[in-house]
Amino acid sequence: MLRYLGARLGQALLILVGISMITFALIYLLPGDPVRQIAGRSATPETVESIRRQLGLDLPLWQQYLRYVGGLVQGDLGRSYQQKTEVATLIASRLPATLLLLAGAITVELLIGLSAGILAAARRGSALDRAVMVASFTAVSAPQFVVGILLLYVFAVQLGWFPIGGYGSFAHLVLPALTLGLLGGGWYARVTRSSMIDVLRQDYIVTARAKGAGRARVLLVHALRNAALPVIAMIGLDIGLFMSGAVVVESVFGWPGIGQLAWQAIQRIDTPIIVGVTLVAAVAIILGNLLADLVAPWVDPRIRLRR
Amino acid sequence: MPLLEIDGLTLAFRGAEGELPVVEGLSLSLEAGQVLGLVGESGCGKSVTARSIMRLLDSPPAVYRDGAIRFEGRDLLRLDETAMRALRGGRIGMIFQEPMTSLNPTFTVGFQIDEALRLHTDLSRPARRARARELLARTGVGAPDRRLAQYPFELSGGLRQRVMIAMAIACDPRLLIADEPTTALDVTVQAQILELLLELRARTGMALLLITHDLGVVAETCDEVAVMYAGTIVEQAPAERLFAAPRHPYTAALLASIPQLRPGVRRLPSIPGTVPAPGLRPPGCAFVDRCTRRLERCTSDRPALRVEAEHGVACWNPVP
Ligand SMILES: Nc1ncnc2c1ncn2[C@@H]1O[C@H](COP(=O)(O)OP(=O)(O)O)[C@@H](O)[C@H]1O
Ligand code: SF4
Ligand SMILES: [Mg+2]
Repeated sequence: MLRYLGARLGQALLILVGISMITFALIYLLPGDPVRQIAGRSATPETVESIRRQLGLDLPLWQQYLRYVGGLVQGDLGRSYQQKTEVATLIASRLPATLLLLAGAITVELLIGLSAGILAAARRGSALDRAVMVASFTAVSAPQFVVGILLLYVFAVQLGWFPIGGYGSFAHLVLPALTLGLLGGGWYARVTRSSMIDVLRQDYIVTARAKGAGRARVLLVHALRNAALPVIAMIGLDIGLFMSGAVVVESVFGWPGIGQLAWQAIQRIDTPIIVGVTLVAAVAIILGNLLADLVAPWVDPRIRLRR
Repeated sequence: MPLLEIDGLTLAFRGAEGELPVVEGLSLSLEAGQVLGLVGESGCGKSVTARSIMRLLDSPPAVYRDGAIRFEGRDLLRLDETAMRALRGGRIGMIFQEPMTSLNPTFTVGFQIDEALRLHTDLSRPARRARARELLARTGVGAPDRRLAQYPFELSGGLRQRVMIAMAIACDPRLLIADEPTTALDVTVQAQILELLLELRARTGMALLLITHDLGVVAETCDEVAVMYAGTIVEQAPAERLFAAPRHPYTAALLASIPQLRPGVRRLPSIPGTVPAPGLRPPGCAFVDRCTRRLERCTSDRPALRVEAEHGVACWNPVP
C-alpha cells in the first residue's frame, strides 16, 4: 500500500512538471501580450518596457519557468498581473463555491444515473430501457449553455422557485447542480446500465435468486456492488473535471467558482492565474483518480489480492 | 403423493425466429427422501427443467405452454412470486455446475450463508452465525470461522462447492436440486462431493434431484433414474431395474456402448446419429432417426410416457 502510494506520488509529480511546462509554453505561443493588457492602450513604450522588466517577462522563457517553479516549491503561486493579489488567495476564495457545485453535481449525477441505469438494465429491451437510452443520449449531447438557460428561465424566471443566479444558499445551488447533474447523469446512466447488464448475466445472480432473494435485493445488493467499479472510476474523473471549473454553468448562473476565475484570466492573459488554476485542476484530477483507486478494492475485494 | 411431480411440462423460448420448443411434455416424479438422477446429453433441456422447478427462467423469453410442476401438492407454475421466493432457498435448495462463478465474488462466505438464513428464518444474528458455522462443519469445511471471513476467490473449487451446498441446505430444504454439481471438479473432489450429498440426504431426509451426464455417478448414487432425450423424459425407473433391463431403445443403446459403469465417464457415450435440435424435432418420436427398433407409426405419432410397475417408458416398441 505504501509503495503504491509512493509510486502514485512520483507519477503525480512528473505529471505536474509536464503540465506546468506545457501551460507555460502555450501561453507564450498565444497571440496577445499580457503587458499591453496591464499597461493599457495609451501607455508609452517606456512604461510598457518597465512593467515587462518588473514582472520578469523580459527574461527568456526557460528562466521565467524556473523562477515560477522556484516560487512554487515554497508554496508561492505568484501574483495576479491585474489584481496584484496572490494567486493562491484568489483560488482559495473560489474553492468553497467550486467544491459545493462539485458535490451537488455529482450527487445529482449519481441519483439520476444510478437509478436510470439500474432500471434500464433490470428491464432490458423494454420501453423504459429505450427511453433511458434516448434520454441519456440527449443529455450527453445537449449543450450545458442551453439546458442551463432553459432551467433558469422555467424555474427561476417563470416559476420563481429558485434565485436567478448567485451564490450563498442551498436554493442557489439547485439549478446549477441540476444542469451539470442532468447532463453528466446521462454518462452515469449509460455506464451503470451496461455494467449492470454484464453483471446480471453472471451465475451468482442466479444463485442469489435461487436463495430466495427478491428482485430489489438482487439488483441493489448482489448486482450493484459488482457493477460499481466503472461508476467509481467516473466519479474520480468527475472530481478532476469539476475542480477545473464548470465555466459555462458558472457564467450562466453567476456562480463564483474557479471556472469564472480562469475564464477572466484567459481573457486578460493573466498568466499566473491561468497556470495556477491549471495546476490545481491537474492536482484535482490526480487526487480524483487516486481516490477512485483507493475506494475500488474496498468495493471489489478481488482487487486487493491483485495488488 | 410424490414430493415432486412434473406432469407434461412444455416450454419454449421466444426468440427472433418465433418460439423454440425446448421441453416437450416432460413428466417425472420424485418421492420424498429419494435420489433421482436426471441424465441426458448436453442441450437436451436438463438445466431448463431444473430452473423451471425453481421458476428461475425469465418469462419472456421462457413461455410455459402446458403442464404442471407439483411440489408438495402445489403447482409451482401457478404460484405467485412471493410464494415462490419463500420456497427458493427454503423448501427447495439448488446448487450449480460452476462453483467458481456461482458465488458472489464481492461478498464473504459468511455474508452469503447468513443471507440464506436471514431471508427465511427469524434467527438472531448470533444464532445465524452459530448455524453458519455448523453448516460449514456439516459440509466438511474445516476452520469455519476463518472460512466465514474469506471471499470465494480465496477458496478452491471443491471448497466453493461445499460452501454452495452449505448455503443451499441452510434452511433444511425437502428437495435439493444439484445441476451437474461435480462436472467442473477434479475426479477425487467429485467423489467427495457426491459422498457429502448422499450423507446429507441420509441425515436430513431431503430428496435429491441430481442432474448429470455421468452414468457412472448415477449408478453409484441414485435410487431412481430419469433418462432425458430431446426435451422429454423417455424412461424413468428404479436405478437397478433401469441398468439391468433398460426398455427404451435410447437407454439400451447408451448402456450397451459403455463396457463398465464407473464414475468419471464425463460424457454420455456416443451412439450413431445426432440429436435433433429444438425446432427441428420430428412430429413423432424424436429418437426415430437413430432407432433400430422403429415402427411405421414412430415417424408420425409421439409416444407418451407410460408407467407400468414403477417403470415408465415412452416408446411404441420398447425392449421387452
Ligand atoms: N435463455 C434461453 N434462451 C433461449 N434458449 C435457451 C435458453 N436457455 C437454454 N436454451 C436452450 O434450451 C436447450 C436446453 O438447454 P439446457 O437445459 O441448458 O440443456 P442441458 O442442461 O441439458 O445441457 C438448449 O438448446 C439451449 O440452447
Ligand atoms: S418410439 Fe419408435 S422410434 Fe422411438 S424409440 Fe421407440 S421404437 Fe424407437
Ligand atoms: Mg445444463
